[in-house]
Parts: sequence; structure tokens; C-alpha cells
Amino acid sequence: MDCNELVELVTAYLDGSLDLDTRARFDMHLLKCDGCENYLDQFRSTIRTIGNISDDELDPVYRNRLLDAFRNWR
Amino acid sequence: MAETADETALITALREGDDVVFARLVDEHTPSLLRVARGYVSSREIAEEVVQETWIALVKGIAKFEGRSSLRTWLFTVMINIAKTRGIRERRDADAAIAAYTGGTVDPARFREAGDQWPGHWKDSEAPSAFPDTPEGSVLGAEFIAIARAELDKLPERQRVVVTLRDMLGFDSGEVCALLDISVANQRVLLHRGRAAVRQALEDYLADA
Repeated sequence: MDCNELVELVTAYLDGSLDLDTRARFDMHLLKCDGCENYLDQFRSTIRTIGNISDDELDPVYRNRLLDAFRNWR
Repeated sequence: MAETADETALITALREGDDVVFARLVDEHTPSLLRVARGYVSSREIAEEVVQETWIALVKGIAKFEGRSSLRTWLFTVMINIAKTRGIRERRDADAAIAAYTGGTVDPARFREAGDQWPGHWKDSEAPSAFPDTPEGSVLGAEFIAIARAELDKLPERQRVVVTLRDMLGFDSGEVCALLDISVANQRVLLHRGRAAVRQALEDYLADA
């Protein structure tokens, strides 16, 4: 497996959806390639960072509209 | 995603017209519902209408809500169905377009060419370096989050929706495929491309810093 192939398989690797033969070649490549090991770490760090994005504040006017809709329905 | 024990109490409270519970659910889920709805419709205003209809559908249907799916999954399923009917974008060929795309997610110039001793391997000057640690609350951590958010907003809509559902909101692969009615393979392609674009933005940011 070459580096340019490995980088396209990272999500499948992290999802555990590679067939075992491909997974083994992925793991063997990582053992001898610092660049790809760093790439995988960067990918994990990216996913963690996206997980830390917090949602926008809710516009209070819109929020009240939703709460009013509830009061009117019950 | 299974919060069913908690949710039974919430649903009972909603049936009894408890508006404190309703407000809590609105605060918890509305921002992410809006974020995902924006991937289907042409304006923020229409997204707000879609999400409002979703909450009304919950209130109208709460007496019959059976708790087979989690409340959150139910909300997203209903929201996406409403959003699709309001969507103006042509989506019919989307799956074919995903399959047809074969480009890589990393600039091919970073790899050695055919004829090199190690074709397809990183060029020495282009090999990725480890990202520095970004502990929660650190300055770099906050900058990383800001960069990731900006890049997420720039992604093509289907990538953005998949990355948002999977990585920001924590839905699993099966749930995302069911919500968006796409195959596991296409879900993975969209997720991978979106993540790779955010990774590149973070790497660029560090290179410029």
C-alpha cells in the first residue's frame, strides 16, 4: 500500500469497515511510515475538533415563536 | 443514541403540556436541526419554517409517539422529510455524482511521481507532521475549533450534512444512512472528503502561523 492510497482509506479504517487483508496492509504501512502515522493522528485530531464545535446560539425571537406554538397547541 | 429511559419521562411531560420540558428540548435540538436543515433549502428563513413545522409535528404527534426511535432521531427524520418537500435543489443525481467522483482528497503533488524509487509515497518536504496538542480551553484549541467551523460551513452541502451528523452530533453510520437515504459506501465517501477538507484547513492554518 502506498501513502496516496492509505490517505483515502482513513475513514474506512477508523469505521472498522476495511476487509481484514486491507486493514493488515494499512497497519503494516503505518509501522514504517511516519508521514502516514502523522496523517492518521491529524485525522483523529480533526474529528475530535469537529466534535468540539458548539452550536450557534438560538435567536431569542425565533425561540419564542417555537414556545408559543407549543402553548397554542396543548 | 439510546436515551429511552430518560425519554419516557420527557415524553410523558410533553403529553401533559409541560412547557419547561418543551423549552429544554427546543434549546437542546433546534440549533443542530437548523444547521442540518440549511443543507436542503435556499435560505435561513425557510430552514426556520421547516424546523418550526418539525416541532409542531412533534407536539401534534406526541400522543402517538411510540418511542421506537430516540426523540432526536425522530426529530431529524421528520425535519429532513419536511425539508425535502421544501427544497429547491436538484438532488436526484446526487448518488451518481458521488460515485462518479474519483479525485483524491490530498493534493497529488505531495506524493512522489511514477519513476521515483517510491512512487505514491510522501515527498520528504510534503510528509505530514504531527499536530500540536490542543487541550480543551487552550488558545490553539479554540483557534482549531474556529477554523474547523469555518471550513465545515464551506463544504458542499451533502458533505457538510454528513460530517455534521456524524462528527459534530455523534450519529452513527447506520443512522446517517437511514436519515439521508444514502448507501453506506456513499456516506463514507462524503464523510471522508469533508473530514479531509477540514484536516487540510487545520494543516494550512498551522503552516501559516
